[in-house]
Amino acid sequence: MKARLSLAIGLILVGLVLVTALVSLVWTPYDPIRVDSAQVLQPPLHGPHLLGTDGFGIDVLSRIMVSAQICVQVGIIAVGIALVIGVPLGVFAGQVGGWGSELVMRVTDIWYAFPALLLAILFAAAFGSSTGTAMVAIGLASVPAFARIARAATLQVMSQDYVLAARACGTRPAAIAVRHVLPNIAPLVGVQASVSFGIAILAEAALSYLGLSAQPPTPTWGRMLADAQTYLFSNPVLALWPGLAVAAAVLGFNLLGDGLRDLLDPRLKEVR
Amino acid sequence: MTEPVLEVAGLSVIFGNREPAVAGVSFAVEPGERVGLIGESGSGKSVTALAVMGLLPEQARTSGVVWLAGQPVLDRPDAELAALRGNRVSMIFQEPMTALDPTMKVGRQVAEVIGLHRRVARGQTRARVLEILDAVGLSGPARVANSYPHQLSGGQRQRVVVAMALVNTPDLVICDEPTTALDVTVQATVLSLLDSSLAEAGAGCLFISHDLAVVAQLCTRILVMLDGKIVEDAPLAQILAEPKHPYTRGLVATARIDQVPVGERLPTVADFWSRDGDVEEELR
Amino acid sequence: MTVVVAVAKRAAIFVVSLWVASVLVFLACSALPGDVAQVILGIGADPASVDRLRTEFGLDRPLIIRYGEWVGGLLTGDLGDSYLTRRPIGPDLAPRIGVTVSLVVCSMILAMVMALLFGMHAALRRRHLDGFLTSAGSQIGLAVPAFWAGILLVVVFAVGLRWFPAGGHVPLSRDPLGWAHHMVLPVVSLTIVQSAVLTRYVRSAFIEVLADDHIRTARAIGWRQFPALMRHGLRNVAVQVVTVLGLQLASLLVGAIVIEQVFALQGLGTRLLDAVAQRDLLVVQGIVMLLVLAVLVINFLVDLAYLAIDPRLRTPGGTR
Repeated sequence: MKARLSLAIGLILVGLVLVTALVSLVWTPYDPIRVDSAQVLQPPLHGPHLLGTDGFGIDVLSRIMVSAQICVQVGIIAVGIALVIGVPLGVFAGQVGGWGSELVMRVTDIWYAFPALLLAILFAAAFGSSTGTAMVAIGLASVPAFARIARAATLQVMSQDYVLAARACGTRPAAIAVRHVLPNIAPLVGVQASVSFGIAILAEAALSYLGLSAQPPTPTWGRMLADAQTYLFSNPVLALWPGLAVAAAVLGFNLLGDGLRDLLDPRLKEVR
Repeated sequence: MTEPVLEVAGLSVIFGNREPAVAGVSFAVEPGERVGLIGESGSGKSVTALAVMGLLPEQARTSGVVWLAGQPVLDRPDAELAALRGNRVSMIFQEPMTALDPTMKVGRQVAEVIGLHRRVARGQTRARVLEILDAVGLSGPARVANSYPHQLSGGQRQRVVVAMALVNTPDLVICDEPTTALDVTVQATVLSLLDSSLAEAGAGCLFISHDLAVVAQLCTRILVMLDGKIVEDAPLAQILAEPKHPYTRGLVATARIDQVPVGERLPTVADFWSRDGDVEEELR
Repeated sequence: MTVVVAVAKRAAIFVVSLWVASVLVFLACSALPGDVAQVILGIGADPASVDRLRTEFGLDRPLIIRYGEWVGGLLTGDLGDSYLTRRPIGPDLAPRIGVTVSLVVCSMILAMVMALLFGMHAALRRRHLDGFLTSAGSQIGLAVPAFWAGILLVVVFAVGLRWFPAGGHVPLSRDPLGWAHHMVLPVVSLTIVQSAVLTRYVRSAFIEVLADDHIRTARAIGWRQFPALMRHGLRNVAVQVVTVLGLQLASLLVGAIVIEQVFALQGLGTRLLDAVAQRDLLVVQGIVMLLVLAVLVINFLVDLAYLAIDPRLRTPGGTR
């Protein structure tokens, strides 16, 4: 019951973000980039601008819509990087067991000491800030979570009788990984991907707020919040909309992940 | 004057919208009497035991009457029930590996049972703990008291649980499959330990099991439970000699596999009773 | 004896982790192609003077030697001199550490207290509306960016109600009341997110413990539900919560960097961001290393805390 509610709300919010990103590719109410000094700081709900205009005279709604693109793009690339590195690492650790497993755990321990923001700062210092460095930093920072989940799940699959039987028959580890391990850990990895997507959106928002992600004039929710800070005394409502957008997107992916997890784990459903 | 230590009348327990887990159960346990409650898993044995202890999960709805040591149990404030538990009535659970707090030394856990219900000086508590650990057959009680649960074997842990159940000499001990999780050899020693300790404490016992052979070693009266109802209530000898309900007949037959001639198929409960009602009597 | 071995093993892991981390930080800041000398002198600078500046900073020497010097300095508390200001980095950072640490520590403590209260409530009342609302609230708190929470708090409590200042910092030693007054909003904004995360962990840990057999035993020997949980559940909950505390601290430090920016606090974070903007790589390197060191130290302490909480880990080869 609760799982279905989470799933439903999650799907609606995630769908909203994706649709907004797609629609904004072809249509926005106004130009999301062009500065218009005649339209500066229009209030919301009065006049033609539904959410008003910002300090550059840009329509806030249009800017929020276009920002969804960066959010989705960063999420997909970052989660993709984390998946491609983390899952093989975890499956390897789980299959080898013993020292290999221990080593991967220790490496992820150190890895955890470099959160996305710290990595992004290091990259920005070395290469300069861009959406690219932000995506890579967020992706790399998400690797240990995937590695650990994949490792734990793999260890469990490897102890199953049918895997032992396959090993006894001389099936090679790579074949076991593809045939038995990956299908079994896929649901768990999927849940983690959804949760990581939410984390990536949060991290990207913080990075672009600090100016360490996409550079102007590319609109992002984080940058909009940074811009809004200038007008906190005169137009505080500007700080409302982009934050709401971030929170809704993150909430969507978190609820989706939670709902999936509860649906996939019948044992948990029975207990609660 | 002997009033029963436990009296249950018309007890029903329902979880949510499901079929009642326990449906109108009535029985009594006299002081010092040992009553076996047997039935298959899901028959409502453990739910009955938890109802008697007042430990049902909060979403359970109950009706009927349970009197424990002369006091009503159902719908009673938890504070008053807690004063009974571990004192006048105690419980031994199935799983000795997890029944003890893994982060606390065993001696302290036993001492806690005393401290919760008696005002005793520290030194005396310690002496009583060592005494009861010794009494349940744990050699080197001082060393055991100073151990964490993970440092003891399953049999040793179950002895500790028995010690905790008996340390306050309760009127009634509820045993919920106390030997099921143990090795067969350990099972026998724990059963004989229970037998002698219960006799020494003069405590009544409600012994829950799915295994008639185990119950027969300890109990004098048997309740047979099926689908939330008690279908037979008789002295042990009578159950073994002339079981009335077909399900009981099945239980008795399956408990006597040593009497099956070599080469013949072993009996199953389904030979005597099935939920659809078609009983294959001729196999007797 | 086994305890000594267990502690020694964890200490060894800590030292190795620290060494690996220092190599990674150094490589990221030194081996990558952001040339400081070029940046300082500008794109159009004459190559000869760029080379001269490079020699002056010692950037023309082999990496391994520069790494050795940097680590050697670290061990004596010397972070080197800033490329831009030419002044020692350590004394510049010292007063800032206090700002960041007080922000992080206050938030952590507050978040722990709130998470324990809310998490326990959400677990014990999970079948009731109020428990559900607590979980739902933590779900929402999880989705809110800390810096947005900070901005909203400023709008309401600094701009609107004028209860607290919108930014700035007063040293604790000079004016404790002023310090507290300035810290309220930053700490609260950092706490909102942290306590939401921790609440969820505490909740699920408590739900797990509630189903544990030994809690049922505790009830059967005469404990009432709440005392049973406090006496026999809390340690087991603590083992699980301590695990995430270590991880949370990393995200808390990072969150502090952003929050310092929101409230214009002169902490490590604002200095770090300035240094990134100016490409003052040695300063970046020093501050990042300090932050990583803090995370690793906490993880080490968390490992030791396990040993204290869970007796099963003290036995040789003991796992849970």
